[in-house]
Amino acid sequence: MIINYDRSPIAFSRSPIRSLTLQELDTIAEIPKEEYVLKCTSACAGCSDSLALRYVLKAAGPDTVLVIPACCTSVIQGIYPNTAFNVPVYNIAFGAAAACASGMSNAFRQAGKKTNVIVYAGDGGTLDIGIQAMSGAFERGTDFLYICYDNEAYGNTGMQRSGATPLGARTTTTPAGKTDFKKDIDAIIAAHNPPYQATAAAAYPQDLFKKVQKALTFRGPSFIHVLAPCPPGWRYSTEKTVEMGKLAVKSGIWVLYEREYGKLTIGAQSKVAMKKPLPLEEYLAPQGRFKGIDPKTVDILKQRIVKNLAKLVAEEAAP
Amino acid sequence: MKKIATGNKAVAEAVKQVKPDVVAAYPITPQTEIVEQIAEFVASGELKGRYIPVESEHSAMAACIGASITGARTFTATSSHGLLYMHEMTNWAAGARLPVVMANVNRSLGPGWNIWAEHTDALQERDTGWLQVYVSTVQEAYDATLMAFRIAEHNDVLLPVMVNLDGFLLSHIMQPLDTVEPGDFLPPLHLPHAIDVKSPMGYGGLTGPDQHFKMRWDMERSMRDSVNVIEETELEFAKRFGRQYGFTENYRCGDADVIVVAMGTLGKEAEVAIDLLRRDGIKAGSLRIRWLRPFPDLDLLKGKEVVVIDRDYSFGRGGILATEIMAQTKEAVASVIAGIGGQEVTYEDVADFVRKRSMGTEVWFGVNNNV
Repeated sequence: MIINYDRSPIAFSRSPIRSLTLQELDTIAEIPKEEYVLKCTSACAGCSDSLALRYVLKAAGPDTVLVIPACCTSVIQGIYPNTAFNVPVYNIAFGAAAACASGMSNAFRQAGKKTNVIVYAGDGGTLDIGIQAMSGAFERGTDFLYICYDNEAYGNTGMQRSGATPLGARTTTTPAGKTDFKKDIDAIIAAHNPPYQATAAAAYPQDLFKKVQKALTFRGPSFIHVLAPCPPGWRYSTEKTVEMGKLAVKSGIWVLYEREYGKLTIGAQSKVAMKKPLPLEEYLAPQGRFKGIDPKTVDILKQRIVKNLAKLVAEEAAP
Repeated sequence: MKKIATGNKAVAEAVKQVKPDVVAAYPITPQTEIVEQIAEFVASGELKGRYIPVESEHSAMAACIGASITGARTFTATSSHGLLYMHEMTNWAAGARLPVVMANVNRSLGPGWNIWAEHTDALQERDTGWLQVYVSTVQEAYDATLMAFRIAEHNDVLLPVMVNLDGFLLSHIMQPLDTVEPGDFLPPLHLPHAIDVKSPMGYGGLTGPDQHFKMRWDMERSMRDSVNVIEETELEFAKRFGRQYGFTENYRCGDADVIVVAMGTLGKEAEVAIDLLRRDGIKAGSLRIRWLRPFPDLDLLKGKEVVVIDRDYSFGRGGILATEIMAQTKEAVASVIAGIGGQEVTYEDVADFVRKRSMGTEVWFGVNNNV
């Protein structure tokens, strides 16, 4: 009988097939110098999608294939016959990234290759149109890493609402502010019991780097949800991209954590933030998309933050 | 080796013999038996490839695409709504120049739910860049599937191939099947643009107005080149295994005044009708279209009366096959729409279509044919 990376604990154990060794990074200077996101991208100024990808690929190394559905990265990679990425990039239709990666991973493993298959998809391609294919690939135990970089809207079509757009945010299709909550994709992923899942932010590259390296040591599906602030979409000035990610973590609206075989660990940065969170207004104020937000909506967002943090703390403390 | 098999089993047998690396598929009536059989081959170890039980047909084709671009041999099977659901990805597979082979068990489209034979499903994929062959017997389903891999993977082609067999009328019919050992009839697949991490490339990224049309033209050039590859493959197959096919199967056409044109099982059924008509002194022949894409030469039809039977329809235009044939021959045909949604059509009915033919008209069997 052939075990196809199924749910058995054996199949999901740390895989000896990986050549990567986890690097303990004390400073950002220790991150490898090799660049896989080259200097000819067509990213917007202050883009944190390409910033995150830079560290994702540094962590993954050259034996990696990126699978990219329609998203900002489809544009950022450059125009044929050029490519700005120094790993193979396979572009696929919007709703099909995880399924395509599923076939690719199976073909590589069938051929005895250890090549990392990484889906790098936006929030629309993950939470909305790609969710079925993603759920299927996770349920089947596909040996791949799925990274959702989340700029909380359809970015390259000009900021329309997605399932990841937070309550109260204005987009071109929610001109009066979104009236629905952000979809909890991490809970949906957790329901698939992957061996590894994490949240990260482009503003914390060392943390992201470590999480990508760790994710790639697991056989089976892993998921990293990266907050990727977007200057033109969120309407803040470009030099504030890193600051926006940090404000998100410090206010508690974005929590850094990992879940390894279901066991949750909240990240140090979020633990610090939880002791004395910044007022949410400090995160919302620089963003044009929240301009004129109803104070009642802000209160609801704050209540959600408190509830979410309490839930995560309880989960972490549970035996 | 001689055995008795259904059309579905014949396809699965052929797939086992070409040793695909990855099969990704989703169940749908009346195709399901193909993927069940392949899953069984994988479970028993008879087939060493991987079977990915995807959650939809869209994902089935996406997974085949992802596997194929690594240089793997891939197969899937579907039918009807499954084929339509993967429509976005069938376009992608062709545009990405991937030699995916797919069996499509022709079935009607809803609503209402109808699981019986009709060609409209595959004909809605006509313009995607897939090669399409329509088969009429269990043996032909097997042979065409074997040949499909060699044709698709030929470096002059590198386009996906769809093998079409009629739902139930062929998929579930038992007929004799002679299996062969393909051996080096099917050489190993060498995909020239396979992913190589040592030579990283971008695939399918942004392509401007100054480039995109070149890629489309290249698809058409390969589609035209595939004519020779199909001929060469079918000839080689005949040499090795003794069964000869062609773009069309012609029956008693030589001296015929009237020729019946159809696809799939109905095209085979027509041969019996021809014998009946000949007995009555009507000089009839039949031409069964096997390859719809690339479309065959139909010089044989020039100057003859032609009765086209369509098990499909394009609303507001007419029978799709009739339209294709008229575009080719520039002559009017007698168009008969028959067999939609599994409607029963016997060889007696086909003979009747010929007797009552009127060039330039369209008749819906069971509606306005006074039968």
